[in-house]
Amino acid sequence: MTHTNLFLRIRSWLVMLIATVMLQATAGIVYGDGHGNSRVPMPSTETAKGEKCVEPEDVMKRKHMEFILHQRDKTMHEGIRTKQYSLKNCVNCHADPQTQSVLGKDGFCESCHAYAAVSIDCFSCHTDSPEEQDAAVSGTVFGSIFDSNITK
Amino acid sequence: MSLNRREFLGAGAAAVAGTAIAPGIRLIELASARSPEDAVSMQQRWGLLIDSSKCAENCSACVSACHEENGVTDEGSPTTDAQWIRKVTVKNPTSGYSHSLPLMCQHCESPPCADVCPTGASFRRADGIVLVDKHICIGCRYCMMACPYKARSFIHETITDQKADAPRGKGTVESCTLCVHKVDRGDGTTACAEACNKEGHSAILFGDLNDANSEIARRLKTEASQQLRADLNLNTGVRYQGF
Amino acid sequence: MKKVHYTMIEGTSLGFWSLLAILGAFIAAGLASSYYMEHHGHIVTGMTNQIVWGTPHVFAVFLIVAASGALNVASIASVFGRKLYKPLGRLSALLALTLLTGGLAILVLDLGRPDRLIVAMTYYNFKSIFAWNMILYNGFFVIVGAYLWTMMEHRMNRFTKAAGMAAFIWRLTLTTGTGSIFGFLVARQAYDAAIMAPMFIIMSFSFGLAIYLLVLMFAYRWTERPLGDAVVYRLKNLLGVFVASVLYFTLAYHLTNLYVTEHHGVEGFILLGNNGGEIYSKFFWIGQIIAGSLIPLALFYMPVFGKSRFFIGVGALLVVIGGLCQMFVIIVGGQAYPMSLFPGMEVSSSFGDGKVADYSASLPEVMLGLSGIAIALAATAFAIKVLPFLATSLADEVADPHYQANDAATGAEASA
Ligand code: HEC
Ligand code: HEC
Ligand code: HEC
Repeated sequence: MTHTNLFLRIRSWLVMLIATVMLQATAGIVYGDGHGNSRVPMPSTETAKGEKCVEPEDVMKRKHMEFILHQRDKTMHEGIRTKQYSLKNCVNCHADPQTQSVLGKDGFCESCHAYAAVSIDCFSCHTDSPEEQDAAVSGTVFGSIFDSNITK
Repeated sequence: MSLNRREFLGAGAAAVAGTAIAPGIRLIELASARSPEDAVSMQQRWGLLIDSSKCAENCSACVSACHEENGVTDEGSPTTDAQWIRKVTVKNPTSGYSHSLPLMCQHCESPPCADVCPTGASFRRADGIVLVDKHICIGCRYCMMACPYKARSFIHETITDQKADAPRGKGTVESCTLCVHKVDRGDGTTACAEACNKEGHSAILFGDLNDANSEIARRLKTEASQQLRADLNLNTGVRYQGF
Repeated sequence: MKKVHYTMIEGTSLGFWSLLAILGAFIAAGLASSYYMEHHGHIVTGMTNQIVWGTPHVFAVFLIVAASGALNVASIASVFGRKLYKPLGRLSALLALTLLTGGLAILVLDLGRPDRLIVAMTYYNFKSIFAWNMILYNGFFVIVGAYLWTMMEHRMNRFTKAAGMAAFIWRLTLTTGTGSIFGFLVARQAYDAAIMAPMFIIMSFSFGLAIYLLVLMFAYRWTERPLGDAVVYRLKNLLGVFVASVLYFTLAYHLTNLYVTEHHGVEGFILLGNNGGEIYSKFFWIGQIIAGSLIPLALFYMPVFGKSRFFIGVGALLVVIGGLCQMFVIIVGGQAYPMSLFPGMEVSSSFGDGKVADYSASLPEVMLGLSGIAIALAATAFAIKVLPFLATSLADEVADPHYQANDAATGAEASA
């Protein structure tokens, strides 16, 4: 579980503000020259399951928070439970097969966030490990047929 | 927005099942199942009908099942532990007659909790399920002050090992979700109702109050039932009978 | 009547800094408590799923209610045109702001997720009286701030009356809103009464003026500024009227409740201590009624005490303590009494149905509550050091419009 406290969060909030401004600036460059490389170097991450993310990687890098936050409101208030941007789904794919978690020093979400000085509280409530295999679509026959094609 | 393949096939499968499977309640439930990308609508009003005459006084299968399903753990402190559902024993002091019933969020049509919530975190979904959007709950607990059924719990401690379907965390308020993840999945039942059936009591019936063909609507139409604190005019989605 | 001058207090003495240091220590303890509560969760407090609002809310609601009452003194001058109150106006508006700050700080620091304050300010549910209150509180800061400005800036003086009127109306709304927080809780028998909102208004008059009087007397004594009997006696007499009015409303509240058979249980609980309500009936009778109302009334109006600054101060302090007791009875007592789910039936469950809930305040809660008061006082002390809030002299020849030499004391008494 992420341990977050008030002061850390306020600090990270400020850092995020700065990060947003920086990302906004880099986004302009990215769109401008068509390269997927942002100026901010990111730590390397590895995902075991699935070949592709739910959107092209460079889009995910910049916009994954928008996707999940939007999905969050759709699911909570309208009961829309599509898989594509579901947080459960991110975790199912991105959890480290060894630790069964997206957190931890080398965890997919946490390693990058730690690097970018972002602190999220999501995993104080949401589980950081994948659902049991039968529940998780990815990896099952159905999952590999349908879920790997869900990019639009 | 185009349907992706899995979801398109999923919706098709439900339609096929709806016509192919033998007639009966199963058919109706499948026919009304939503596909994942559709928003919930007011066409449904989910609720429970609880028959206290079928509820065994020493049985708490519904409570254990609910708490198992939603990962609500017993920390050994009844005043601060979350209790999404509890067994209440009601005794008539003059006659001595006593019976018991499970009590949980009554999923009111006009929920006092949602009325008082400053951020709108407490809300009623279009299909009648009253929920807490824990993403915008600030933990002020005004909803708990307002709830006539004491159905809400505040999380007093750090929680670990949550269920994927029921995220929970310190500092926010929560209550019975009518197993919203199961309802959205099309299970057509809740953990408590399932457990009660399994025990052979069948005291809890889940269903769509708006669907005239559903068992719950039919029974509400033909049998006596009542709302708790009916004087408050909240039009609850959970109804009781048998006392 | 002479011209009134306002000056900052010097605020360089060891005593002044010690005062700030002591208040600062309380504030630090409150912040530490809040951090402790957020870190471990509310499990470390006495609050539970039965008593969901506890000691922090007792202090917070008290301060918020007192804040709007503290503004009264200024309103009396600018809205009702009473000259004697005019030199008292700046401190009155200042206290209104600082008391509100203290109260809100407690409320925020007690939240389950204080880090989500930004959510509270960006998501509004307009059906919620709580959300309306947040708007009312923010508006109160703006309006009272503007009001203060019109009082303190010479060129703006001509707007003082208009601003004072706006602030007056706003504060009545604000207190009604605070009272309605409880009035809206139809499910709980103790709160299900329309009289709640007007009762809160009159409570605010009383608590606010008591704090005002204490701060005024303390500040003038310590800075050795003249404070004439005219002002002190007038304020004390007014406070007496407010205390008596609160007493009257309390009586009316309980009598109307006793009229409804359904409410006999909760009344017996609070008034007689039935079913384990001893603690609440003690707070009610000893704290609120005897210490908080009857003794102060005696001190204010009995000639032996009524002329003594010391006893007036004691009386005002007792009003404050009685007010806190009253809040405790309303907030905690109102929750401790079991809600009636099945009228006429005996109920029992794993969740305390049908049973009176226990509550014992924990140290962090109390510290958090006290820190709210410390915040208000420290902010006031600091403000009067950096800006001219206090009249240099409130001696009778300065403050009393009816002042005639040799006749000061009697004149003040008669006009009060
Ligand atoms: C079907 C499996 C799958 C799902 C579901 C999935 N991802 Fe991915 N994701 C991948 C793969 C594969 C990559 C690219 C390889 C890598 O960097 O590990 C990737 C890359 C990313 C990247 C870029 C990482 C980098 O270092 O460049 C981010 C950010 C990301 N995913 C976030 C998410 C989020 C957020 C979700 C949930 C909305 C999600 N992913 C869902 C498989 C998935
Ligand atoms: C206080 C607890 C809590 C926190 C913190 C929290 N969530 Fe949730 N979240 C929930 C609950 C409860 C649900 C509803 C689960 C359901 O109905 O299936 C939910 C559902 C969701 C969903 C839809 C279900 C899914 O898996 O796709 C998303 C997306 C989501 N949350 C994203 C987030 C993000 C992003 C964060 C961090 C910024 C976050 N949540 C923080 C409690 C929390
Ligand atoms: C490639 C690096 C990277 C990876 C991998 C990554 N993130 Fe992020 N994430 C970021 C950055 C950078 C931000 C902040 C940018 C901003 O606020 O604009 C961010 C912000 C977020 C936010 C929004 C925080 C807020 O409060 O607004 C959420 C939610 C989030 N990430 C969830 C996830 C989840 C869940 C995963 C793992 C599935 C993940 N991220 C993986 C880099 C990453």
